[in-house]
Amino acid sequence: MSTETLLNPFFGEYGGMYVPQILVPALLQLEKAFVQYKDDPVFKAELNDLLYNYAGRPTPLTLCRNITKGTKTKIYLKREDLMHGGAHKTNQVLGQALLAKRMGKTRIIAETGAGQHGVATSIVCALFGLQCRIYMGAVDVKRQEPNVFRMRLMGAEVVPVTTGIATLKEACTEALRDWSGSFETTHYMLGTAAGPHPFPTIVKYFQKIIGEEAKQQFKGFENDKLPDIVVAAVGGGSNAIGMFTDFVKEESVRLVGVEPAGYGIETGKHGAPLGHGDKGIFFGARSYNMQDKYGQIHESHSISAGLDFPSVGPEHAYLKDSGRAEYNSVTDEEALNAFKELSLHEGIIPALESSHAVAWALKEARANPDKEQTILVNLSGRGDKDIFTVANILKERGEF
Amino acid sequence: MSRYEKLFADLKAKNEGAFVPFMTIGDPTVEDSFKVLSALIDGGADALELGIPFSDPGADGPTIQESDRRALNSGANTVNCFEVIKKIRQKYPDTPIGLLMYVNLVFAPGIDTFFKLCADSGVDSVLIPDVPLQMIEMEPVWQEEAKKNGVDLVMLAPPNADDETLSKIAKNCHGYIYLLSRAGVTGVEKEAGKPISHIVKFLKENGAPPALLGFGISKPEHVKQAIADGADGAISGSALVKILAQHLDDTDAMYEALKQFVSEMKAATKR
Repeated sequence: MSTETLLNPFFGEYGGMYVPQILVPALLQLEKAFVQYKDDPVFKAELNDLLYNYAGRPTPLTLCRNITKGTKTKIYLKREDLMHGGAHKTNQVLGQALLAKRMGKTRIIAETGAGQHGVATSIVCALFGLQCRIYMGAVDVKRQEPNVFRMRLMGAEVVPVTTGIATLKEACTEALRDWSGSFETTHYMLGTAAGPHPFPTIVKYFQKIIGEEAKQQFKGFENDKLPDIVVAAVGGGSNAIGMFTDFVKEESVRLVGVEPAGYGIETGKHGAPLGHGDKGIFFGARSYNMQDKYGQIHESHSISAGLDFPSVGPEHAYLKDSGRAEYNSVTDEEALNAFKELSLHEGIIPALESSHAVAWALKEARANPDKEQTILVNLSGRGDKDIFTVANILKERGEF
Repeated sequence: MSRYEKLFADLKAKNEGAFVPFMTIGDPTVEDSFKVLSALIDGGADALELGIPFSDPGADGPTIQESDRRALNSGANTVNCFEVIKKIRQKYPDTPIGLLMYVNLVFAPGIDTFFKLCADSGVDSVLIPDVPLQMIEMEPVWQEEAKKNGVDLVMLAPPNADDETLSKIAKNCHGYIYLLSRAGVTGVEKEAGKPISHIVKFLKENGAPPALLGFGISKPEHVKQAIADGADGAISGSALVKILAQHLDDTDAMYEALKQFVSEMKAATKR
């Protein structure tokens, strides 16, 4: 085996493979399998069969009928919420599971925040008869209870991680710890376009179908035109990179990633490393992190467990610095309002993660009511998992 | 001659291996740290391997995670940890001091700034466990900054590495080479793994500096075995941190227990 990577592990200055030497062979093995199979006709046919006949692709593109009233903006939603499993996560776990099988791995571990990636991982493990262990922050286990039950129902072992602030950051670190002792039999099914090489590249490859499909569907609705703006929420960055990738080359299209501003950027309680973090190396890659001047990683905050992460995938750091994409943020409150509006006026209950993208699109539309524009929003997941969280907040406020 | 070179030459003359304890600086507090580290050297430690605590120590098991947490809670940071190192360096001018650093604590202040701090404080080596050979080869800055500041860049040699990787690690590694006895994270829950004699031999043939075996070294017989297998010494971390954690309410007893443990481990290095 060569000691060098087959693919470039960097996106500009970001990315890389900053893991203990002991994990490098596992990463190189994964990279090799990816390079070997990604264009293999048998592999592709198997993946497509699963995507279309098991997971529910293609997902529809929906024009919002009501929430844009009073503006000249058209908002289209890419309905990843209708995927089997309830979010875009299923796209890439199918790909990784097929790679894991070809590498002869019998056990899968994964980290999860909102539980969507944990659910997706549990789905493929049940389907392929793989042993499955999910690391989830103890706080998230509580706030995403329905997803925990789903995972257990499908045979996964859910391990609550109690270290630190017991959310996604700790779950990621714990999964890496497990893997450093188990890589011979175990595949680490990383859930987002972050972490050490080759994960950001692999996850993007399996998620870019979102943008490719959406572009064709949009052209069908809009006379072969492209959207003016493409928007996606950014936690680790997988739904956003999946949506952006096919549009990066389309220079007329404005790409907007939306990070969680939590209680407000000025409070420090947010999860917006791209907008308000510093360069660092964490979770195996160089990127933007929320950290202090010494490099200690800060705790993040977001109403949405899936966006509650103090780092971000390295390609987004690159897209930010190159100016190709811009990264804005919306608060918990704004996301919550978008959650309510989309439910009330479009009959779609969005995930709190996706609500951030919707909130930004609505703000943009309402700030420019006379501007004729089209916005394509990645509705990355459905909000069923969030209804108890939201119900508690609304009850506390006496709104419900 | 560097402190490591002198140490290993002296030990060879005495027909002994090295015993190197690991400790997190700032555990249990920044104030107590100087006495903790002094106790280790007074107990017979040949060199120190020290960590500056990190918020997310991904290569460590529960024992050292707790150690990092205690240190950070006591207010430890990069600056006051280096102050502790300076005091140790003043008191013990000949004992080699190595740092075991998570990469972000080296990167965030600026790699050049960090290595300059090392040079100014009398640090002899830096091991960054989450910067593997592949990154060191792609980014010359790690070696360049270490060399410029007269600091040895130590590397990990894991048991699962193939010959090509091991020979490259042997050539790129300075000061000493940190040989891993097994996969996984730090902590004494697992005994040291398979015999390492063949790896030690291979590394030496490829020009590696002296090899210290780490992970799972918690008893004098582990030290004895490591040296019998050809290692130049052994590193023990979690076992010491556990002793420290058992004496949090009585620091004098803590220093005494650490000193005692180190002297027992050191005694096992005699060939």
